[in-house]
Parts: sequence; structure tokens; C-alpha cells
Amino acid sequence: MSTATFLVQCLNAVQYGLLLFLVASGLTLIFGIMGVINLAHGSFYMIGAYLAFALAPWFGDWFVTRLVAGVVLAAVFGYLLEWAFFSFLYDRDHLQQVLLTYALILVFEELRSLLVGNDVHGVPAPSWLAGGFRLGGLMEYPWYRVFASAACLVVALALYAVVNRTRLGMMIRAGASNRDMVRGLGVDIRRLYRIVFAGGVALAALAGMIAAPLSSVYPGMGSSVLIICFVVVVIGGIGSITGALVASLLVGFVDTFGKVFFAEWSGVGVYVLMAIVLIWRPEGLMKRGF
Amino acid sequence: MSHVSVVTRLAASAALLVASSAFAQSSGPIKVGLMLPYSGTYAALGNAIENGFKLYVQEQGGKLGGREVQYFKVDDESEPSKATDNVNKLIKRDNVDVLVGTVHSGVALAMAKAAKDNNTLLVIPNAGADAITGPMCGANIVRSSFSNWQPGYAMGVVAGQKGVKRAMTITWAYAAGAESTKGFTEGLEKNGGKVMKDLTLPFPNVEFQALLTEIAAQKPDAVYAFFAGGGAVKFVKDYAAAGLNKTIPLYGPGFLTDGTLEAQGASAQNMLTTLHYADNLDTPKNNAFRKAYALAYKSQPDVYAVQGYDAAQILATGLKAVGGDLSKRDQLAAAMRKATVDSPRGKFTLSPAGNPVQDIYLREVKGNNNEFRSIAVKALADPARGCKL
Amino acid sequence: MASDAAVASPDEVVADVGALPDIARREAGGWLVPAAAALVAAALPLVVSPYAQDLVVRIAIYAIFALSLELLVGATGLVSLGHAAFLGLGAYATVLGSGDSGGSIALLLPLAIAAAAAYAVVVGALSLRTRGVYFIMVTLAFAQMAYFVVHDTKAGGGSDGIFLYVKPTLAIAGKTLVDLGERMTLYYSVLVALVATYAFIAMLLRSRFGHALAGIRVNEQRMRAAGFSTTPYKLAAFVVAGALAGLAGFLLAAKDGAVNPELLSWHESGAVLLMLIFGGIGSLRGAVLGAVAFTLLKEVFQSEALLGPLAQHWQLTLGLTIIAFVAALPRGLIGLGTRLRGLARARPASTTAGTPT
Repeated sequence: MSTATFLVQCLNAVQYGLLLFLVASGLTLIFGIMGVINLAHGSFYMIGAYLAFALAPWFGDWFVTRLVAGVVLAAVFGYLLEWAFFSFLYDRDHLQQVLLTYALILVFEELRSLLVGNDVHGVPAPSWLAGGFRLGGLMEYPWYRVFASAACLVVALALYAVVNRTRLGMMIRAGASNRDMVRGLGVDIRRLYRIVFAGGVALAALAGMIAAPLSSVYPGMGSSVLIICFVVVVIGGIGSITGALVASLLVGFVDTFGKVFFAEWSGVGVYVLMAIVLIWRPEGLMKRGF
Repeated sequence: MSHVSVVTRLAASAALLVASSAFAQSSGPIKVGLMLPYSGTYAALGNAIENGFKLYVQEQGGKLGGREVQYFKVDDESEPSKATDNVNKLIKRDNVDVLVGTVHSGVALAMAKAAKDNNTLLVIPNAGADAITGPMCGANIVRSSFSNWQPGYAMGVVAGQKGVKRAMTITWAYAAGAESTKGFTEGLEKNGGKVMKDLTLPFPNVEFQALLTEIAAQKPDAVYAFFAGGGAVKFVKDYAAAGLNKTIPLYGPGFLTDGTLEAQGASAQNMLTTLHYADNLDTPKNNAFRKAYALAYKSQPDVYAVQGYDAAQILATGLKAVGGDLSKRDQLAAAMRKATVDSPRGKFTLSPAGNPVQDIYLREVKGNNNEFRSIAVKALADPARGCKL
Repeated sequence: MASDAAVASPDEVVADVGALPDIARREAGGWLVPAAAALVAAALPLVVSPYAQDLVVRIAIYAIFALSLELLVGATGLVSLGHAAFLGLGAYATVLGSGDSGGSIALLLPLAIAAAAAYAVVVGALSLRTRGVYFIMVTLAFAQMAYFVVHDTKAGGGSDGIFLYVKPTLAIAGKTLVDLGERMTLYYSVLVALVATYAFIAMLLRSRFGHALAGIRVNEQRMRAAGFSTTPYKLAAFVVAGALAGLAGFLLAAKDGAVNPELLSWHESGAVLLMLIFGGIGSLRGAVLGAVAFTLLKEVFQSEALLGPLAQHWQLTLGLTIIAFVAALPRGLIGLGTRLRGLARARPASTTAGTPT
């Protein structure tokens, strides 16, 4: 493999990893703070992608505005969903959460089928991000992919800032380490959970919106993302945002280079990675608490 | 109630049942079991096939072979592990006379096995698994669509004639992909070219960047890709986004661009694909078909609708030959085999193994249509390797 | 109490931990209810259609699968999200071992169980180093590994699966005694296997070994603090559960005549977990009941005859039903029985989990 090819493959790995991080960060937050296993997280990703498709004719080239609008809508949806449904899950054990969120996937899939149909749809990238730049005579690297990676990095930094530098973040971190203590200190834990959940949904939906021009929208796009996200969260350590970032990048590299070198076995690669990490460090790479 | 009268009652009911079933063999509705994907990735294809089938029946006044049609539907969810149970719902629970399905090859293989085990008629309106008209072929099994090998072979012939010497293939690691690329390789090698490398990724993974980079590094004369549905959309878009479409022509079977052009947009323009159908075939039959379909369903038909339509035609031809008498099973199956189908794709016949012998067209993408350019290979028959019929 | 013993016996530790009341609790009817159900099932072919008989066979095989997982989840408290791997491996071993001319049950059945058990030893040994939700995920990872090996590599036959052309038979001195290709033979063989599995697990749970598992489920830390080594017991439970799932896989291959990578997918692992939750965790009857209920529910919701055009939207009806069900009956169908009996006796129903039979 030439140096140019190697560098491009690294770019590919990083870009895939960063997008995974966006989805996984929401999952690890919900998992870590509220202790809820949410199988429907892939559905939020799908909802985001379909939102991008639905909002496209209204916003045209105002892409960033569209993203913001989508994130707000998703957050509101998440807030309401938590109030109406998820808040009842906290008292239940993991198995019941698995069952209930699995049922939610079925409901979302069918609603999607009824509302938007079953066709595959394309979502165009904004024209100011069209085209790409040549990578040393090898191939073109699309500007949109650069934008996607950059956007994910920005969100990661914002997330870090919120969690580590704001009061809300402080409450989140406290709630992650010791829920009862936080409640005892008079913090409205219910509202905190609702906000965190809305944030998790918004993150996943944002990932879907960013990914939509790359992957197009199609039925079943949620489940393919879901299982990889669980792997990322577990490798990184449940509840750890930094862990999710490191794990996402790891998965990105394993997947990308696995495809090139081990075509037949590349599907297994990510799971081998997870098994190795968990046997070496049973709690994941980073400890809970960011 | 005395025992005698109970026995008499039972005997009378039994006699009535036997009589009525014999009666039902020659009148009463024909039970058609549709096993198609009504949910999941292939749901749109399942709907198109059913629409096409019903359109033909409607054009015959709602009857096939002089008898009404009663439909039974099962959602196969494109899940091969549930296929045997699902097909048994139609065969054993609903006692259908004919099975029609499906899209996914793995499911169709299970249907073919069940059809052979139970000696039920099966018409396959899509699944292209070579094995169905290969080692799994049967006198009661007929296909109205294609075999995965066919469009691939035709594309290989075209590529070879265009002077392609070194090609690469890329597809998912599953049977359909392997069969399609094998067809391409055969066609190409018969016309002076070679496939230097076969790239695969696990189904249904759609992260193509790593392999696109590999293609860019190897610089072949052409690339042949087999993907369908969401994967096809993403691949064509990614290929164009990497700038590869400007230097390395991308070829593929029609599935790369059928039903996906609206999503692919500019990235698919001018792409050459081979398929047994083209949207704008200017024949009276195709024009009439497209008009009738648009009128009935308020959307444009695609190759899947055509295959559904032709499945009904094949069944009708067979039924007409036996006068609607389902008890003449073997004659019915044989008559279906001998059908010359007046399809929107052009007339085609069936090989002894049950696969269409048909023209494969070369099409070019223009706007949102796959436009006919030329006939890539005329009357192409699948070699049906392993079929003992 | 047993704190100063060097190594306490399992029973002493279990008593110390407080698990004995769970083990001693009996469900209504004792042995009679499962026995009666078995007799009813044996008599069914006289009155129901061949399609319904197929359905019963399918349910029975899934009941064996669910029972095997109950040993892990309900009895030992180990939640595995990768149990389908053992079902699939048992099925694949059966088909691969049959070749073109079929094989003998005497060879294929042990082969299927051994294949599943062997993988269970490896997976168990490595996974039991983790706990809680991490354990769940590691078991999932190992199942996914097996799935991808079978799905992507040539050894496994690829994504379309492999067919079994001749079903397993049992012949002695040239005379065929059992042919699983015969519908009635398969029906009764599966029923016998279900009864045997149920009885085996029930007896296992009443034994010393079962008591140890109960203690591990209730309070593993205290068990270990009392000097009791829990890992070998957990591993043994894991392997036995895997082996029984392999048995279910053998029967599934014999019934369907085909195997497919989707048998090892996480959807399948999730489905069997759902069956347990439906029926009620901590009860062998619940496992069987859950298998029956889940399969029938899906059958009903997908049935056009019963629901007309709504059948196409079965995902919606099934999803909403599951949500309503779990919201109303968190302890599953068995919990319903307990609740009703509690109401009838005007006494609060027992709330401890356990695995009575």
C-alpha cells in the first residue's frame, strides 16, 4: 500500500469513526446517566435522516440552518418521548427495558413505513459543499465528508465543554456517579434526566442528518447503526464520552483496514476487538465519569 | 344421538368434502399465495411485484384461465431463517394452488425446496439465485425474472467489446453478488479481458470508502459493481464523489440504477447498465403497460412490476392450456414452460430449467430514466449448470 | 454463620445467603400441570390440521431453546444476549455433518450438542470475566463473531444458508427405527425432547448444583466471601445451557431442512429473551408459556384471515401489544397466575424471584 493510499484510508477511518461517535455519545449518555438500555437509539438516527430528507425542500442550501432546526425538533421530540414513555423505564430492570425499547423499534419502523413509505431517498448535499479536492492524483475526497468530520469534531468539543465546564454538566457528572446523592441534594433529577435524554436523541438525530447526504435514507438504516453503537459504547466504557470517542475511532480503523486486508473476515473484526478489550479491561477503556 | 347416525354424518361430510374439493379443482377461485417482502428494505419491490401481478389479472377481467383469483399474502420479511415456516403458512394452512414469490434469494431457495417437497407450483417474480434454475430446478418451478448470471454476463460482453482489458469487481459477500460477478467475469473473458481483483464487503455493510480507495490505487480499466436498494444508491454516489466516475467507467446490472435514480441524481448520469428491461422501450406493449400501470397505481412501473405482470401471464398461459383444471398439474406445469410471454420487456420464452431466455438490453442513465441504447446480448439463456431437467 | 468455615458446603452458604425459600417454593399444581400439558400436546395431532401440528413442533423447539436460556437467566442470574449462537451452531453441525446422503441421529445429535457445548466453554470462560451489562455485551459479541464466520466465509456456506436434503434417521442392523423426515415421528420426537429437557432442568435445579446457582443469583458476593468458588458453577451452567440450545438447533435443522446465518443473529437472541420475559423470568413453566405466547401472538398479528389489512402492519400491532403487556404485567404471564391466585386467596402474592417448576 502506498503512502498516499494509506493516508486516504486513515482519513476514511477517522471520518467513519467520528460519525459513529456522534451517535454513540448519545447512547452512552443515556446508558450512563439513566442506566437505561435503549435499543431504539438506532431509530433516532433514522428519524434524523428522514428529517433531513423532509426538511430539505424548505431550507434549500441553508444547510446549517436546517441542521439546527432538525436538532431542535429532535430535542423536543426526545423531551416529550422521555416524559411519555421512557420515564417509566427507570424503575424497571434491564430485561424489561430491552423488551420495551425493542417494541419501540417495531413501532417506529411501522410509523416510518406509514408516513414516508418504503422507498430509498436521496438527500443532496448543499451546493457550497459539492465536489472535492484531489488527493495526490489518487482520487477526489469530497468536501462534504470533510464537513461531516469537522461538524462531528465541533460537536464533540461542545459536548466536552458542556459536560466539564457548565453547571448542567456538573449535575450530569454527579448524577452519573451517584444518583441518590444528587437527588438528596435537591436537584430535580427527573428534569435532569429529561434534558439528558433529549440531548441524546438530538445527538443521534444530528448524526442521521449529517449522514443522510452520504448514505441516503432507506428502511432499516437504524438497525445497522445500532449494534455497532453498542459495541462502541461498551468498548469505550459506559457513560464515558471520551471513551466513546476513542472507541469510535478504534472501530473506524478496524473496520476500514479490515476491509482492505481481511475481506472475508472483516465483519468479525469489530467484535474481536470488543471481546479483546472486555477481557483485558472488563469495564471498558475509560472509567465512568468522563 | 345413535352411533350409526354419527358415522353416517361423518361419512356424508367426508364425501361432500372430497366431492367439493374435486369440484373446486375445476371451478371456484384459484388460490394464489403471494409471499413477498411487505416490510423492511425490499418492501417497495414487494409492492411493485404485487401491483404488476394484479394489473395483469385485472386486464383479463379478474380471471385467470376462466376462474376468479383469491389472494393469500404472507410477509416474508426477507428473512431466510423464517422462510420455511412462512411458506408453509401458504402451502399447509391456506392450501394455495400456486405460490408466487419472492425478492430475496435466500428466501426463494427455501420456497423452492418447499415447493418441491410438496409438489406445489411456484412462480418466482424476482429472486435471481442461479441455483433455483440450477441444482434446485424442478418441473413445477418457473421464474419470470432473470438469473443473477444473465445481466452480469451481458455486461461482461459489452465491456470486452469496449476494449476493457483489466477490470475489478465489487459487491457484497453473498450468493447473489458472487453469481453476478461470475457472470461478468465469464462474459469479459470471452471477449478478451480479465478481472484482476474481486472486492467484497460483508452484507449489508455500506462503508465503501476503504474499497473505493483501493480501486483508485489499482487503476483498472473498468469497475463492475453489484448492489441493490440503499446500497446501490450509496455506492454510486460515493463512486462519483470520489471522482472515480470521471476516469474509471462504472458498469453494473440494472439493479444498480433501477428504482434508485431519484436518490442518486447527478452521480448516476450516463452510467451504462445491462438488464432485461429498459423504462423507455418504445414498443406498443411496453407503452400500453406503462400507461395502464400509471393509471391504476399513480406511479411509474419498474422492472419488478414487469416481472410481477409476467408471472401472472405465465400462470395464465398454463391455465388456459388446461382449461382452468388444476387437477391436470403436470400438463399445467408443462404448458407454463412452453409459454411465449408477450412481456413489456419484449417477447421471451422459458428454458427447460424454467428461466427466461430473453434479450438483455444495454441502457444509459439519462435524467431519471434508464434509456434503451442497444441490445447487449440477444436471447441469452442461463447455462443452468447443475439442473437435471 | 458460616463465616469461620474454611470452605462451606454449597447448602450452608446458600442457606446463609437466604436463597432457600426461593428453591423450596412450589408453583400451583406441582408436577401435574406440566404433565397434563404434555399429554394434551401428545393428543393434539388427532384433532388439528397438519399446519397446526407444524406450529406445535416449532413452538416446542423454541420452548427447549427458551428453557435452556432460563437456566442461565432465571436460575443463575446471567443475562446472555448471544444465546442464539449455540442454537445456530447445533443446527449447522447437524447439516454439515449430514452431507448429501443424510446421517444417523446417533452421530448427529451428539455432534450438535458437542459443537454448541465446545463453543460455550470458550465463550463462557472468556465472558465470565465480565459482569452485568458488560457480560451481556460480550456474549453478544461472541454470537456476532460466530454469525459473521458462518455468513461471510466459505466454510459456513454463505448468506443463503445450506440445505439438508436427507433428514437424520436412526437405524439398527439395517432397520430404520426413527426417521425424522416423517411428520409424526418428528412431532413426537420433539415432544419427548421437550419433556426430557424440562425434567432434566427441573431436577438439576433441585440438586446441590441448582442450589449453588440459586445462591449465586441471590447474592454472589456473599457466596464468594464465604469461600465458595462461584466461577466453575457459572461456567458449568453456561455450558449446559449452550448444550441444550444445541439440542434445539439439531431439532430445528431436522424440522426445517435448512439452516441460515440468521439463526445466529442478535434478533434471534433477542427473541428468545423476549419469550422469557413474556412468560415470566424465574419459572420453567414461564419459559414454555412465553415461547407459546410469543409465537402465537406473532402468528395472529401476521394473519390476514384474522386481521385483514391490519396484518400488513403487524410490526405496529405487535410493538404496541408488547408495550402494553410489559406495562401491565411486568412479571410476565406467570406473574398473572400468581396475581390471580393471590387475589383468590386474599393474601399478597409472593414477590421473590426463584425457579420453581
